Amino acid sequence: MRHLNASKLNLQSDKSPTLRPRKKETLFIILFLLPALVLFLLFVIYPIFRSIFFSTFDWNGLGPATNNIGLGNYKKIFTDQVFLKSMLNVFIIIILSLGLQLPLALILSVLVGRDLPGRNLFRTMFFLPYVISEVNTAIMWTLLFNANPDRGLLNAVIVLLGFNPIGWLADSKIVLMSVFFVLTWKYFGFHMLLFLTGIQNIPLELEEAARIDGANGFQNFFFIILPLLSRTIRTSVYMSVLGSIQQFTIIWVMTGGGPVNASETMATYMYRYGIVRHQLGYGSAVAIIMFLFCLIFSLLYQRLTRKPDYLTGL
Amino acid sequence: MKRTVISSYSTRKALIRFFQYLVLIIATILIFVPIVILLFGSLKTTGQMYSEPYTIPNPPHWDNIISIITSPTFWNLMKNSIFVTIITTTGAVMISAMVSFVLARLRFRGKNFVFNLFTIGMMFPINVAILPVYLVLIQLDKLGFNLVDSLTGVIMVQIAFQLSGNIMILSSFFTSVPTEIQDSAYIDGCSNFDFFWRIMLPLVKPALAAVASLIIIASWNDLLVPLIVLNSNELWTLPLGTMQFQGQWSQDLALISAFVTLSAIPTVIFYFFAEKQIVSGITAGSVKG
Repeated sequence: MRHLNASKLNLQSDKSPTLRPRKKETLFIILFLLPALVLFLLFVIYPIFRSIFFSTFDWNGLGPATNNIGLGNYKKIFTDQVFLKSMLNVFIIIILSLGLQLPLALILSVLVGRDLPGRNLFRTMFFLPYVISEVNTAIMWTLLFNANPDRGLLNAVIVLLGFNPIGWLADSKIVLMSVFFVLTWKYFGFHMLLFLTGIQNIPLELEEAARIDGANGFQNFFFIILPLLSRTIRTSVYMSVLGSIQQFTIIWVMTGGGPVNASETMATYMYRYGIVRHQLGYGSAVAIIMFLFCLIFSLLYQRLTRKPDYLTGL
Repeated sequence: MKRTVISSYSTRKALIRFFQYLVLIIATILIFVPIVILLFGSLKTTGQMYSEPYTIPNPPHWDNIISIITSPTFWNLMKNSIFVTIITTTGAVMISAMVSFVLARLRFRGKNFVFNLFTIGMMFPINVAILPVYLVLIQLDKLGFNLVDSLTGVIMVQIAFQLSGNIMILSSFFTSVPTEIQDSAYIDGCSNFDFFWRIMLPLVKPALAAVASLIIIASWNDLLVPLIVLNSNELWTLPLGTMQFQGQWSQDLALISAFVTLSAIPTVIFYFFAEKQIVSGITAGSVKG
């Protein structure tokens, strides 16, 4: 329903009466659009252009920007190992989300199905992590990930099972997996909510007909549920990719991008280099690159699916 | 013969049910482990946290909880968060509703342009935009608008980035109200404003509630905008204060647990009251298509 195009809106209002005093109506329209347009142009659109401008400067925000270096910042970004690492990390998070997080949510949704007694209770509980703030989520998990088995539950269990404690957030080879685990804990309920609603919208007769024709559970899943859920799945994929590109808070609070940039994402990179170190020209260039990633992905998605079902990056 | 077929069918069905519940209950336990450990930790002393970190706090020690809720710092964070959330939500809902109404119900030149303009916002999420927004805030601050280190700055940025998504949801609801209602209202001499205020808004109330609940959660939980905008600690919001608190007391795990628990309670309470609205807000756009 959120997908709407302007022509559809036009069509609707064509039917509405237009014999209103023109001047008064124009004033009304302007007054109603004005607050939104001012805020939107000032804080969403104008910053894009301002960043494009400053991304060509070597500028630390103090005094006027005078040192124009053309595309120098962009060159520096794409030759910086840390940025390349953060891009790779985002890519890994996207792959893991699509490969593990969404299938997990899908399987659990199918298990809950449409009429399992206690269905709503499960939904309520699985969705709870989504409403807990990212800061609280990150701190909560940092406590569990404590490397000392006397402090952190996960290592206590690992030691109990007879293994060596793991440096969940301290080992640069493992940290990204630990972070991904937390992201899954927080976000799988969101995708599950979408899938559950999608499953409920599948006509019951289809599943019954298939069953009467002798389809087993797996056939039912692969030939009925999966194809009819494809729109919802596409939406989930879109949300998941866009969410991964902009991942910031959980990682920043848990690891600060460390150890040694092992869990850096593009957003933490932008924050660290642009804002903490106050290299505003360089940071602007990072922002523009991230914006282009989002834009290209959105356009590709629209091209490939024709109908974007869900365009918000909640 | 027939009977055995039926009974084997029903045992199979019972087995499947058992398996379903087993997996779902394991998943539920996994979700609740961190929450339960946090709750346990919040009722322990620091010493207990080190000697017996994973057990039920027996007897519970309320010292950490009490020391936090008797400190003015915590209530100041709470006050700022409540203020920002209320103004952001009211502002974003009202402003988005006004635009959605005009886009869905009135005819004017440039309508497609305005609609498409707002869709750009959906490809430019706040986490990506934060540095560009920071540049503009500094610029406006230099021009004499007090937006840096002020709650007004946080509110304006939050509202601006809430607009796109909400306008998309609300205009589809406004479009779905039958035109006959509009015709008869105008024939009765209703002005545009009266029609919007007295007829349309009450009709789309469920959609407004759904949208508002999503904004409340987003604004209340937001870290990044307050992090960029606010410097003085008397202006910090709850997530920002919680993060700083963790940095400051990182050795006292019991105290941190207590603080995180207290700062999560409002969200959880809100969730249990507004679950229906939150769920319908999220599914409104995604599934029906």
